Amino acid sequence: MILKIAWRNIWRNPLRSWIVIAALIVGMYAGVFTTTFMYGWMMQRLKSGIETETSHIQIQKPGFKLAEDVNLFFESDTLIRDLERQGDIVCASGRLVVSAMVASAEKAVGIQVLGVDAGKDSLVVDVSEKLVEGAWFSGVKRHPVVVGQELAKELKLKLRSKLIVRFQDCNGDFTGGAFRVAGIFKTNNTGFDGGNMFVRDADLQKLLLIPKGMSHQIVIRCTDPTRVDIVRNSIEQFAKGLRVESWREISPELGYITETMNAYMYVFVMIILMALGFGVVNTMLMVVMERVHEIGMLMAIGMKRHQIFQMIVYETSMLALVGGLIGVAAGIITTHWTGKSGINLSMWAEGLAEMGYDSIIYPQYNFQMVSGVVGLVLFTGLVASVYPAIKALKLNPSQALQSV
Amino acid sequence: MSIIRIKNLHKVYSQKQIPVKALNGVDLTFDEGEFTALVAPSGAGKTTFLNLLGGLDLPTEGSVEIGGVRIDQLSSAEKTKFRLTNIGFVFQAYNLIPVLTASENIEFIMELQGISKRERAVRSRELLEAVGIPDKANVRPLQLSGGQQQRVAVARALASKPKFVLADEPTANLDSKSTENLLDIMLQLNKKENITFIFATHDARVVKMARRVITFEDGKVINDEVR
Repeated sequence: MILKIAWRNIWRNPLRSWIVIAALIVGMYAGVFTTTFMYGWMMQRLKSGIETETSHIQIQKPGFKLAEDVNLFFESDTLIRDLERQGDIVCASGRLVVSAMVASAEKAVGIQVLGVDAGKDSLVVDVSEKLVEGAWFSGVKRHPVVVGQELAKELKLKLRSKLIVRFQDCNGDFTGGAFRVAGIFKTNNTGFDGGNMFVRDADLQKLLLIPKGMSHQIVIRCTDPTRVDIVRNSIEQFAKGLRVESWREISPELGYITETMNAYMYVFVMIILMALGFGVVNTMLMVVMERVHEIGMLMAIGMKRHQIFQMIVYETSMLALVGGLIGVAAGIITTHWTGKSGINLSMWAEGLAEMGYDSIIYPQYNFQMVSGVVGLVLFTGLVASVYPAIKALKLNPSQALQSV
Repeated sequence: MSIIRIKNLHKVYSQKQIPVKALNGVDLTFDEGEFTALVAPSGAGKTTFLNLLGGLDLPTEGSVEIGGVRIDQLSSAEKTKFRLTNIGFVFQAYNLIPVLTASENIEFIMELQGISKRERAVRSRELLEAVGIPDKANVRPLQLSGGQQQRVAVARALASKPKFVLADEPTANLDSKSTENLLDIMLQLNKKENITFIFATHDARVVKMARRVITFEDGKVINDEVR
């Protein structure tokens, strides 16, 4: 019956209750939608970062990443065969990696050249799906190259444009070759597009004087992205003398995205709830002050103090819950709706691409996050109810009964 | 046999640092089944006396003993429990819970006592019949007349099967017909269930029906008449 009284008490002054509920709806809607928007945005960055740039796991010789020494290659064919026997791995592909100077008729720039197995590499990362012009190593017979749109712009390259790539071979001698543009790709990250180009591993192998079956790096795609760390640990067991790194270690900033995002979202929601909490406290104090006489009567007829406390807590929590849940539901509905159509931020596309972010955002719902928000709403309701409830408890029944 | 013993009861209020003596040495006893009116002009200490008798306030001096229990020595929680099982209250302004229906108001006290839902429903129906408004069970207080609300308040006061009922000016807001009906109901319940009724009133109609009339003046009993 206390719950019933509390619920009906909320509707004694419907206008006041609806104003508080409306504030909670707007606050929670903003909180949920902003968090799903941010979450979707960050997940898109994470997904493109992993699936386009880093892959799930990379294997290379210790020190290769820092020194970029072309002599730090290893026998990769056997290892790749062993890796592909693992149930958790979709595909593994060897790569040759070298820092080079690339020159077109217009300009020369420093760049990272990736020598890839054209067929297998596209099963590990999705650069081949990001082509805006040309094809993934077809259409050009000799020395085809696939470049990023940003690099193409800088060097004024078009399809079939010729470019000269120069680097040091295994003997330390300068070497190089002429390549022709077979395809131009565009990812969400202009930095990646401007700093990397893909050539066939066989072409690079000859120029670097590296024997067949050797690689600087193996990139791996796992069947289940959530098991990357487990797969990484199991690979470490048999890839002796090699450094095995998950995407978190390869690109720590991508790992920080999820961690900082969670913290950011909770801080953001808590700030909203704190502001709303003060509004709820104010309303409930008014409620208690208006009902001093009634509370005195309830005490007189035998309602215990903890039951009075309970009634005020129920009333505040239900008020918070009604507003909170409607706000959360509205936030989820908007997330579903915009999650399909996307939110177009192409006005700021250039700036976003420089940071590696897509300009069309697809908000994403996350159960853990939304249930966390609902929990916080309940918690705020409980906290906001304590002070008014304590006020009610301090009333003396005989004095309360004398108040008008 | 006396169920209530009051000895040397004093109550002093401090209003703006000036002490006001609301009760000044009251000695009284009440027997089971009494139908008693406390009569006094406004401010003579009737409500204060009822508050002390009901454990709603603490005396400055003296003792209140009900059924062998010194309620002035009980803790706040013990007093609440004591009120719930021993005392029924009827107030001048009815003081029903506005968001509950008539039957819910009656059942609420029983729920606080831990009585089962079925038993509560039966007793609530019986009490509404006893006060003559069985058809108003599902009506909320604001949709009832003053007289009907006070009948619900009486039914609520009796719901917990109290040893006695304290009624503070129960007829003050009622017209004469409602007053007459209400007094008849209370008198019947008093005779039938032997419940002690103590009224604070200055309503002549209540005084006329009372079997004992105690007159207060300046916080003291100046007359105690048994009819």
